[in-house]
Amino acid sequence: MTATTTAPGSADTAAVRRAIADTVRPARPGRLSTALTFGWRGMLKVKHVPEQLLDVTVTPVMFLLLFTYLFGGAIAGSTSAYLDYTLPGLLVMSVLFTTVYSGVSLNTDLTKGVVDRFRSLPIWRPAPLLGSLLGDSVRYVVAGTVIIAVGVALGYRPDGGVGGALAALALVVVFSFGLSWVFSVLGLLMRSPNAVMNAGFMGIFPLTFLSNVFVDPATLPGPLEAFVEVNPISVLATASRSLMAGAPDGTAIAVSLAVAAALAAVFLPVTTRLYRSR
Amino acid sequence: MTAQPALAIEAVGLEKSFGDTRAVAGVDLAVPAGAIYGVLGPNGAGKTTTIRMLATLVEPDAGSARVLGHDVVAESDAVRGLVSLTGQLASVDEELTGRENLVLVGRLLGHRRAAARARADELLEAFGVADAAGRLVKHWSGGMRRRLDIAASIVVTPQLVFLDEPTTGLDPRSRNQVWEIARALAAAGTTILLCTQYLEEADQLADGIAVIDRGRVIAEGTPGQLKASVGTGSLHVRLLDPGRRAEAARVLEAAVGTVVLEPDPAALSAACADAERAAVGVGELGRAGVGVAGFSLDQPSLDEVFLALTGHVAEQQPSGTLEEQAS
Ligand SMILES: Nc1ncnc2c1ncn2[C@@H]1O[C@H](COP(=O)(O)OP(=O)(O)O)[C@@H](O)[C@H]1O
Ligand SMILES: [Mg+2]
Repeated sequence: MTATTTAPGSADTAAVRRAIADTVRPARPGRLSTALTFGWRGMLKVKHVPEQLLDVTVTPVMFLLLFTYLFGGAIAGSTSAYLDYTLPGLLVMSVLFTTVYSGVSLNTDLTKGVVDRFRSLPIWRPAPLLGSLLGDSVRYVVAGTVIIAVGVALGYRPDGGVGGALAALALVVVFSFGLSWVFSVLGLLMRSPNAVMNAGFMGIFPLTFLSNVFVDPATLPGPLEAFVEVNPISVLATASRSLMAGAPDGTAIAVSLAVAAALAAVFLPVTTRLYRSR
Repeated sequence: MTAQPALAIEAVGLEKSFGDTRAVAGVDLAVPAGAIYGVLGPNGAGKTTTIRMLATLVEPDAGSARVLGHDVVAESDAVRGLVSLTGQLASVDEELTGRENLVLVGRLLGHRRAAARARADELLEAFGVADAAGRLVKHWSGGMRRRLDIAASIVVTPQLVFLDEPTTGLDPRSRNQVWEIARALAAAGTTILLCTQYLEEADQLADGIAVIDRGRVIAEGTPGQLKASVGTGSLHVRLLDPGRRAEAARVLEAAVGTVVLEPDPAALSAACADAERAAVGVGELGRAGVGVAGFSLDQPSLDEVFLALTGHVAEQQPSGTLEEQAS
């Protein structure tokens, strides 16, 4: 058996004619139902291409192991103390990396021509974009859960307990919904899925390292410290840390949510406009 | 089905530019309902852009078009409800299975889950891809994808189907299957707008053809009219007795036109623009007592038509490759 199937059955002209003769035209579905159908499509993709999930979870797990055992002692005095500090940040990193894939899969759809099919159907126009959020959210939750699980396996015990961990995960997922629109715009502007991936990581990678995910900014030189303090990823990591610790930092949580809302407010309309006109 | 207007597509002065490229520079089209109408032109002529404007995927810069009586800009949603598009790149989802693709379209068009599944299975069977239904489409051959793509276009039977280069990159067997499907659609009363670079395809399928080059329609008519408008055809005659060829040549030269002797010693042909003259020529041979084994009347090929109209040659149908088209 080869991967490609050739010379299978033939079209049966009589059956094609019978199929065409059936002119049943169902009532148009509602907006929610249409978006949910696209959500189902997103789920099917996760099911058919689980490697994608592997891609996005392996890198953060690798960082978790590397940093904890290689630098943990040097940075925080002991590996367990460092795990306490860095795990909530790695949760942020892990889920944010996943958002790049929203842009990658949108670009894949465009280059393959399936978007032309969607755009020629009599459906609510934002439905494909909103529906894909559903598939995305599964990816976010899996990526976040994996990193927390690995942390727990290595001895991480958040003071906030299960509730704190879930709250942190929920916050990071909500932030990712906002950020994903940035990558959707990239996905609509760039030529190939690979270009989107490269550009996406070129942005998110340094931003993640120039945050407080791995080190306490107090140890950094002045200008760098200033940047790290205002980096939204630091704020989100601080918020995530506070929730995991069972002592929610209201300001950090509010700022994180506001940044997410602002990103969505700016990039969601750009996405829908580009999606219509491309 | 509701009554259709006499013209399924009526476009006037359509224009679309991308930066400095005038992809479509003033296209008029009048496509009768129920016909297969061919838009024939070389790569880059503006076929896809024209289809995308008519299928409401892009708005024209200038001009207007009505599809099945609805304006493509002001009533784009109504147009989308009546037409289907089979794009130049197969418009199917490669990361889903064949069945999932059709169920997805069925659900989006309002079928309930069970009805969408039943329709998907009916179409997979009719299009000869039922065996591969559960496999991801990225593992399917080009011909199978094309058929799935057309199947997706008739999940809910449309009144008009846009087919954009449906056989580009297909092997001859798959191409013939796509042609059969297009004919079946037309026989059921569906209007088809067919874009193609292949003269043979337009000749095989289309009732009317618009020849398009550099964003403009440069000729229009039935395949026969287009051929008649350029050059002449020829009358080929095969004789029972090769020994009487010289006599036959004299008769045809007088009754029809310039005679060419063919390599076959029993055959000759005469330049001939219309069938009536040809009939006279064959009659004259009979009167002179020259026995005729057979005869035929050739029209000029669409290749010659295209060359005469545009001054350059159109591309030929590749003789069979399963390669993915480059776009
Ligand atoms: N989205 C686009 N952006 C820029 N140029 C385009 C775009 N689409 C088409 N063109 C250009 O417009 C011209 C006509 O293209 P097209 O309509 O695809 O022709 P055809 O389908 O006949 O091959 C070509 O020169 C093509 O490069
Ligand atoms: Mg084209």
